[in-house]
Amino acid sequence: MHWEVVWRNLDYFLWGAYPDGPLGGLAVSILLAVLGIFGAFWLGLAAGLMRLSRRLWIKAPAVVYIEVIRGIPILMLIFWFYFLAPILFNETLPEFTSALTAFIIFTGAYVGEIVRAGVQALPRGQMEAARGQGLSHVQAMSYVILPQALRNMIPSFVNQFVSLTKDTSLAYIIGVNELTRTATQVNNRTLNAPTEIFITIAVMYFIVCYVLTSTSRRLEKHLSRYQARDR
Amino acid sequence: MAVIEVRNLNKWYGDFHVLQNIDETVEKGEVLVICGPSGSGKSTFIRCINRLEEFQKGSVHFCGKDIHARDVDVNSLRAEIGIVFQQFNLYPHLTVLKNVILAPTKVRKTPKGEAEDLALMLLERVGIQNQAHKYPAELSGGQQQRVAIARALAMRPQVMLFDEPTSALDPEMINEVLNVMKDLAREGMTMLCVTHEMGFAREVADRVIFMDGGQKIEEAPPHEFFSNPKSERTQLFLKEIL
Repeated sequence: MHWEVVWRNLDYFLWGAYPDGPLGGLAVSILLAVLGIFGAFWLGLAAGLMRLSRRLWIKAPAVVYIEVIRGIPILMLIFWFYFLAPILFNETLPEFTSALTAFIIFTGAYVGEIVRAGVQALPRGQMEAARGQGLSHVQAMSYVILPQALRNMIPSFVNQFVSLTKDTSLAYIIGVNELTRTATQVNNRTLNAPTEIFITIAVMYFIVCYVLTSTSRRLEKHLSRYQARDR
Repeated sequence: MAVIEVRNLNKWYGDFHVLQNIDETVEKGEVLVICGPSGSGKSTFIRCINRLEEFQKGSVHFCGKDIHARDVDVNSLRAEIGIVFQQFNLYPHLTVLKNVILAPTKVRKTPKGEAEDLALMLLERVGIQNQAHKYPAELSGGQQQRVAIARALAMRPQVMLFDEPTSALDPEMINEVLNVMKDLAREGMTMLCVTHEMGFAREVADRVIFMDGGQKIEEAPPHEFFSNPKSERTQLFLKEIL
């Protein structure tokens, strides 16, 4: 075994050539995931709430967005933003931006469906009580519906975000210097330790995803404290 | 001026004619009890008054104003009309106190301190001042419904609608809720109550309405309604529930 290859390149796997060169490796993967999760959450929240609207001109764009994106493989979207954006906007997007945009748009569609289902799963009486007191639709959503629905959505969100974290490895295909790409680079240079290298990055992905799921479990427990009794 | 004036109210769910030519005038301080078999349209009727249900024909005036007039804001209308539901519908993620102050602070923009003072006073009035910082799930059904009444009163409404407020309660908790409602009635609150609690109707109602099949079948002061019902359907209904 050649574990010294992994050991020598560990800092390269973790943060690339930084601070002498550009950031890379696991740091870029995490950055993609975190920014992607953040963007997808807000995009998905908007799409999900729009889809619940009774007004067609609000609902229709959300339905089209969600249904179209769910029928397209994520790799297609990554290529699409990378190769088609220059043609459409007459400007090349940096690889990182292309990949991030694709991740946000892709995951946002799934988050939108989670939000819709989460809101619909609440008893109808909650919305009736809030509107019946004179709260506007937006106020009822903000103070009554979403605080309850978002908590119920946490397990589905986490599933989606764990997927996204793993999917960031696909960004290597357009040359984003994230973890999977640094691994292939080191492997091509050394040639004698593919097993060690790919076991190492698999463990890194696992640790990140595991931290994500266990944090969410704790968050869920904390947020559901008020309904521990009765019901 | 009448607080609520309903004229020729008609509502359909598809082909089903749920409300048929309902007329009703409620004066300030009046207590109306609406009873009738399930599916008779009584809940739908009171929900039309605050526009939780829309109707296709007829009109409802609240304090002289058509509730569907262009310049009537549905949220300000609802702020003036308290409603209490069969299933309480308290906000489970908020404490009792926060349940009560939510609408006053958000809709009426009452300062938080002022809203809390009023909330605590109302909670005392319904007998649960000691539970203000608990969550709804920690209270009994009767206590939850009394919180729901306090929550509705916190908006200082001009009318209170009760949609079968005791139907989801265990028998031993019904009276604690009815007592709060009786106090309200005696203090002069205008109330429309959908309920089968005939003791309550006898004691505080000014008029009792019997509905069946979407129609108002009979309407009379309680003593007349119970001792001398005119329609056969009312007689049959009373025989079954008394």
